[in-house]
Amino acid sequence: MLEYEFMRHAFGAAAVVAVVAACGGYFLVLRGQTFAGHALAHVGFAGATGAVLIGVSPLWGFLATTVSGGIGMGLLGERLEGRDVAIGIILALSLGLGLLFLHFYTAFAAQATTLLFGNLLGVDAGTLDILAILAAGSLAALAIISRPLLFATLQPELAEAKGVSLRGVSVMFLAIVAVATAECAQIVGVLLVFALMIAPAAAAQRLTSRIAPGVLLAMALALADAWGGLVLAYYTDWPSSFWITALGGLTYLAASLAPR
Amino acid sequence: MSAVEFRGVRLQLGERCILADTDLSVRDGEFIGVLGPNGAGKTTLMRAILGLIEPAAGAIRVLDRPVLRGNPAVGYMPQVRSLAARHRLSGWSFVASAAQGHRWGLPRLDAAARRDVSWALEQVGAEPLAKRLLAELSGGERQRLLLAQALLGRPRLLLLDEPLISLDPPHQRAVVELARHIQRELAITVLFSAHELNPLLDVIDRVLYLGNRQAALGTVDEVITGPSLSRLYGAEIEVVRLKGRVFVLSGGLEVERDEHRHA
Repeated sequence: MLEYEFMRHAFGAAAVVAVVAACGGYFLVLRGQTFAGHALAHVGFAGATGAVLIGVSPLWGFLATTVSGGIGMGLLGERLEGRDVAIGIILALSLGLGLLFLHFYTAFAAQATTLLFGNLLGVDAGTLDILAILAAGSLAALAIISRPLLFATLQPELAEAKGVSLRGVSVMFLAIVAVATAECAQIVGVLLVFALMIAPAAAAQRLTSRIAPGVLLAMALALADAWGGLVLAYYTDWPSSFWITALGGLTYLAASLAPR
Repeated sequence: MSAVEFRGVRLQLGERCILADTDLSVRDGEFIGVLGPNGAGKTTLMRAILGLIEPAAGAIRVLDRPVLRGNPAVGYMPQVRSLAARHRLSGWSFVASAAQGHRWGLPRLDAAARRDVSWALEQVGAEPLAKRLLAELSGGERQRLLLAQALLGRPRLLLLDEPLISLDPPHQRAVVELARHIQRELAITVLFSAHELNPLLDVIDRVLYLGNRQAALGTVDEVITGPSLSRLYGAEIEVVRLKGRVFVLSGGLEVERDEHRHA
């Protein structure tokens, strides 16, 4: 299967995205913000379709809207807590807007499915390079803020007293998550980001109570899900996004049932 | 030298005045019980000492220096939130996240930081909790870990915000005795806030009572009197002593007990 160039690209893209998604996801789970990743992906859909409409690559449109959405969420902070209705309406509005943009765009159906459910087999060499550069940037940024981020996550009041800017850390973190979400959506699509970002991280947290092993395990599980999904898609000819979500769900289920 | 000094301090939260024109001085090495009705400003006072709230007027000095946010000589145990309870992390991971946690970079601890974490756990007798999951600990056990976290960096002033909340009387006694033991052992100053005076009665050197935008600092005999508390509550208060315990009554009802129930 590796004799095909598109499969080599797909394996590369899956690896890059799985690693960055798992790291972002680990902290999202720890912070109780898993829904933020899901919400950002929806917001990105409007950006991606808007970009397609004006002839720009959907990835850039996606990034522009998710990153501004992430920064906005970070700045609003506690004011967003318990605002499920407002958030839900913004999500619906984003999908609706995306639909409208696609309506004006002629190659409607194929583009919509790709954005909503991903197309791992359609990653070309240029996209792979961009994904790798973005992933390296977000991992480096996450490494830099990880210490105060962890402190602010576990003990916000104490962290604030010790000089950590809770809002600053939150904004930087959600901007990083926004990039990870945009990357993830290239692989599994807007609607299925949760599967690759959250399921492996949540499973890892059920399996180990230490932080560094937890992050590494989340990466390994995400990579196994993404590559496993790709192999299964190759042999069954079913969509890779289906297999990745199925493996993600199974991983989480198995971790929940595991004794400890 | 003084551990905490207020000179004409006025504290405000938005438009609301919490403390008006207050002078007080806590001496180095004292164990102070911080008391007062809900909303009297116990947490606000601690946040001001931490440098998280700027006084609207006056000046605060901490350990003979102007207030400095992030001062390593000040330890802080915030009021317990349920947040810590849901994490599936080990006690060690939780405590260690606060060791030099404000620095940038990966959360890796060097040998000195690891020794500091071990030392803090040892001070509160929490070594057996280091390997257990936060989510599986009792309220009293989590309290020990929070206290260990507050001791990281070996502070000279320790601010404990309501450590007794939601603990049953035996656990309350254990926390109070532990705080007193640590305060003596390390010869540091402790500000310990609580809803009720009685659990603290035997251990505190002086009491800081807040209420009605005023503060009274003195021995229990000086501060816990009818006239003094009436001024702080803005209502007629009676103090009854019974079997070595103190009951603060307003119109025949026990004030502190009632506060406790609302918390």
